[in-house]
Amino acid sequence: MDPLLQLLEEHALRTPADLAKMLNLPCAEVERRIKQYEDDKVILGYKAVINDDKVDTDLVKAVIEVKIQPEREGGFDRIAKRIAKFDEVTSLFLMSGGYDLLIFVEGHSLRQVAQFVAEKLATLEGVTSTATHFMLKTYKEQGVLMEGGEEFERLKVSP
Amino acid sequence: MSQQPTTKRDFVADHVRTIPRSGIRDFFDIVQSMDNVVSLGIGEPGFVTPWHIREAAIFALEKGKTGYTSNFGLLKLRRSISRYVAENFRVEYDPNSEILVTVGVSEALDIALRAVINPGDEILYHEPCYVSYQPSVTLAHGIPRAIRTRAENNFALCAEDVAAAVTPRTKALMLNFPTNPTGATMTREELEKLARVCVENDLLVLSDEIYSELTFSGKHHSIAALPGMRERTIFLHGFSKAFAMTGFRIGYACAPAGLIEGMLRVHQYSMLCASIIAQEAAIEALDHGRADMEMMREQYRLRRNFIVKSFNEMGLKCHLPVGSFYSFPAIRSTGLTSREFSVQLLEQERVACVPGNAFGPGGEGHVRASFCSTMSDIEKAVERIGRFVQKRNR
Ligand SMILES: Cc1ncc(COP(=O)(O)O)c(C=O)c1O
Repeated sequence: MDPLLQLLEEHALRTPADLAKMLNLPCAEVERRIKQYEDDKVILGYKAVINDDKVDTDLVKAVIEVKIQPEREGGFDRIAKRIAKFDEVTSLFLMSGGYDLLIFVEGHSLRQVAQFVAEKLATLEGVTSTATHFMLKTYKEQGVLMEGGEEFERLKVSP
Repeated sequence: MSQQPTTKRDFVADHVRTIPRSGIRDFFDIVQSMDNVVSLGIGEPGFVTPWHIREAAIFALEKGKTGYTSNFGLLKLRRSISRYVAENFRVEYDPNSEILVTVGVSEALDIALRAVINPGDEILYHEPCYVSYQPSVTLAHGIPRAIRTRAENNFALCAEDVAAAVTPRTKALMLNFPTNPTGATMTREELEKLARVCVENDLLVLSDEIYSELTFSGKHHSIAALPGMRERTIFLHGFSKAFAMTGFRIGYACAPAGLIEGMLRVHQYSMLCASIIAQEAAIEALDHGRADMEMMREQYRLRRNFIVKSFNEMGLKCHLPVGSFYSFPAIRSTGLTSREFSVQLLEQERVACVPGNAFGPGGEGHVRASFCSTMSDIEKAVERIGRFVQKRNR
């Protein structure tokens, strides 16, 4: 992978000027590549990773295992894409193993998520079963530990 | 409060009392007295030890591995070291008799010097250098002889300068490439010239290769691998820098059996053995640590590019170090000495860089700015140093 992408994935707020210094490239070249990645939908967006425990939010998160009946034409794709369009769905994956789709959903209350499952998801033609697991606590999100926990103060000067 | 003298004699030995205080220690005391300091003064990775290595240490504790080991160190670790050194440095050492596990390169250096120096033997080393070299030689009753390296050469060591410094009393040459604090490295050709001087003058070489994995371009060569050198080289290496394991205090020496036997005499009566927990962690590092080590090196590379470019942009001339995690910018253009620069920078902008003369008089006119700190600290520090330099220039 292009080291530029790695750097952006790690920390998207770095300026092109700083990135250019780190990569030993002209700044204009870095700007050009970023633009190209955005145009090509290699970079799909930039988001902050937020520690929900520290902000006043009533977000309820759940993962749902879904079994579906694959279709003669289209396999799992048609129905998966259809589910993906719901606002409640934040991520969706086709899985190997005991179920077919793994869906990450968010809602403003338990009820809203339950309603989504009961009314929208379970009733879709082709969905044969669902198992919903509510998330209780986040320890690590997208590679970031929620509590740094490993802040050990080093000596400020050492040989 | 000063104490009244109650004894007639000063009990501290002359050769210890006369050792100067470390310039780093002095500077450290000033830094400690201040808050909100962003530090480029550290000589250790800003990374925590990779989790799988820490986990191996925890597992060792869980399994009740809490005793002494062989004086040499665990055979399993020595086997891993033997394999690692053969693969990466192209020199073979017998795990049974030619490898000694030590408490860091620090102990390895100390016992190597104590094992080989007869009082009055001269030991050559290149300078600016790691702060311990000169005092370690003195403590072993040797006579330290510094050879200056120069900024024009990117601080590489010239074989001619070594040849010129040799006297009938010269016993050994200490090498450290990549170098702390200059980041200097040596090409194979330069090392070959040096090796010839060592063979011609029958010198022993103590090669401190602690930064060798942190080489950013080209290949690191150990002098031990050159023709005629294995038999006259003590190869010193450790885990502190490349594997981010400074606190584990673990390292090793490889050398022909006679030399290792000599070092073992000192080691067995002083240290006994390195901590078994650290030894277990070291096995994990050597056997499974490459990916993490390379990841850290790539991070250092980006930080190096960033810091060196930034120094040059602000008018502090700085060569691109090929190895280590230190940049060594020249600060003469500010009209300040190394110490003035470091102290004023600290007072005005709360950034710590080590004055270059802490590494020997040849370091005057430079400061050591580590790029092993976190990227966000480096960004902050660079911004503040830029402001400081601009103010000086006005
Ligand atoms: C050149 C050099 N040698 C040896 C050491 C000490 O290493 P260790 O932690 O293995 O004792 C250092 C640490 O800064 C160093 O820079």
